[in-house]
Amino acid sequence: MSDLAEIIARNEDQIRAEWIRDMSQMVQRADLMSKTELDEQSGELLKALTAGVKSGINIRDAGWTSTRELLEGISASRARQGFSPTEVATFVLSLKQPLFAAIRKEMGKTPDKLFDTVWAATELLDGLALVTTEAYAATREQLILRQQQELMELSTPVVKLWDGILALPIIGTLDSARTQVVMENLLQTVVATNSRFAIIDITGVPTVDTLVAQHLLKTITAARLMGAECIISGVRPQIAQTIVHLGINLEDVMTRANLSDAFALALQMSGRTVVRKAAPSESKGILAGPMNKQEN
Amino acid sequence: MSEPKRETMALQNSNDVVLARQKVRQWATELQFSLVDQTKLVTAASELARNTLDHGKGGSMTIEQTGIGGRQGLRLIFEDHGPGIPDIEMALKDGFTTGNGMGLGLGGSKRLVNEFSIESAPGKGTRITVARWK
Amino acid sequence: MERIPVLRMGSLLLITIQVDMHDKLALQLQDDVTNRIAEWGSKGVLIDISSLEIVDSFIGRMLANIAAMSRVLGAETVVVGMQPAVAITLVELGMSLPGVRTALSVEAGMELLYGAGAGFRTGSDDERAEA
Repeated sequence: MSDLAEIIARNEDQIRAEWIRDMSQMVQRADLMSKTELDEQSGELLKALTAGVKSGINIRDAGWTSTRELLEGISASRARQGFSPTEVATFVLSLKQPLFAAIRKEMGKTPDKLFDTVWAATELLDGLALVTTEAYAATREQLILRQQQELMELSTPVVKLWDGILALPIIGTLDSARTQVVMENLLQTVVATNSRFAIIDITGVPTVDTLVAQHLLKTITAARLMGAECIISGVRPQIAQTIVHLGINLEDVMTRANLSDAFALALQMSGRTVVRKAAPSESKGILAGPMNKQEN
Repeated sequence: MSEPKRETMALQNSNDVVLARQKVRQWATELQFSLVDQTKLVTAASELARNTLDHGKGGSMTIEQTGIGGRQGLRLIFEDHGPGIPDIEMALKDGFTTGNGMGLGLGGSKRLVNEFSIESAPGKGTRITVARWK
Repeated sequence: MERIPVLRMGSLLLITIQVDMHDKLALQLQDDVTNRIAEWGSKGVLIDISSLEIVDSFIGRMLANIAAMSRVLGAETVVVGMQPAVAITLVELGMSLPGVRTALSVEAGMELLYGAGAGFRTGSDDERAEA
């Protein structure tokens, strides 16, 4: 591999110039990247490549770590900028032609050596192109995950029912990731509104299995640590049966069949009663009372 | 791109445990971890640093940035040349023993991070590596 | 060595933890609280941890210990102001601190210890009735 390293070193400027020229012809993305940036990145990669080649032929080895990370960084930033996966892989693959040209120039008279070196070079670049593709995919996945997160936050609003009483109606399935978001949101709102009671309504949760129950229990425990109490409402008959069958222990948890019962409980526990006023103005009927005064 | 950033500090007394917490907090803040993720990682660091000190008789903590370009995160490595952990499986089981029990707190820390690995043997010291993604 | 101040308000001990505690400081606090209860015959202990961004198993055990020791000495403890991220982390760690009473704020903590009639609450319900 030292041959390859030397060839690259000796012809660095030419290889780079041809590479950039070939790239610009194939991929016109001046809108996303300036020529200077491209120039810089190509230069960096070429240097890293040379160093890697000197260390060995297996790109999974330690000597290639900084090159891989450089590529991963370039790929990730391009993914974020909006390049397509092909465009990103082309960045590496278009290095083949100028590299092979340089190899032929130096080894043209020794066909066996030429073949071996070209083969080594192509294996190398193919491997590196795959590295970029993987990094690209990983970055897009991260983006999707983040968007999913934002969507989750939006879909579980925390509502204030009364002073110190919050309600959290959950619609849809509760998986681990969603529970995290829901939990954080709820607890933060508890602090912000100084609410001692939080009603978690699960009418809209289709199934409650052991995992979901665990998630809910974690939320309840965390709220308790902070000084707030949770009431679970909207427990449908099927869910009640499932909970008992699964042997889930809800001894320490307050539950009610529906939200209004839970609200009544929270009111009661916070020392309040709802009282019908003795004589609302309408109780005398609309014919009597203040409305009539206008006609006098 | 330069070498991944890393830093090593000694864990020789209880003040160092506080310093370790602050260092991890600093790094996590720079990398813009969410508050909850930060808290989990710093708390795990506190547990493991204390462990290195109490059980491992002192050692070191190394912080390094990982996954540059891919999924970013922080890796923490706790090393000591103490007595080692004879039964790793037991140590990972839950159950904080109050008072003067072992209370290694390893099982709990494991839940606070995304990656967790232990290398340890009696007489050979201990090396615990954990990592958390952003 | 610096100590966490323990303030006395009648029969109440008020402790506000604002620093990142090292282990010795935490043990010192445990000591101080029990000594003060004995010395002043305090009946209530209020620990404000709203400034604590990290509560690990050691600090958690300290809080549980203070609550337990105080109870033995005839005083009740309330821990107030735990931050959400801290609560979430403690639960994940596996610590639920049974036997430790908690409240959302110093106000709420006082109310828990001394009852609603003690006058610490602002009457937002009253405002609504007048509306």
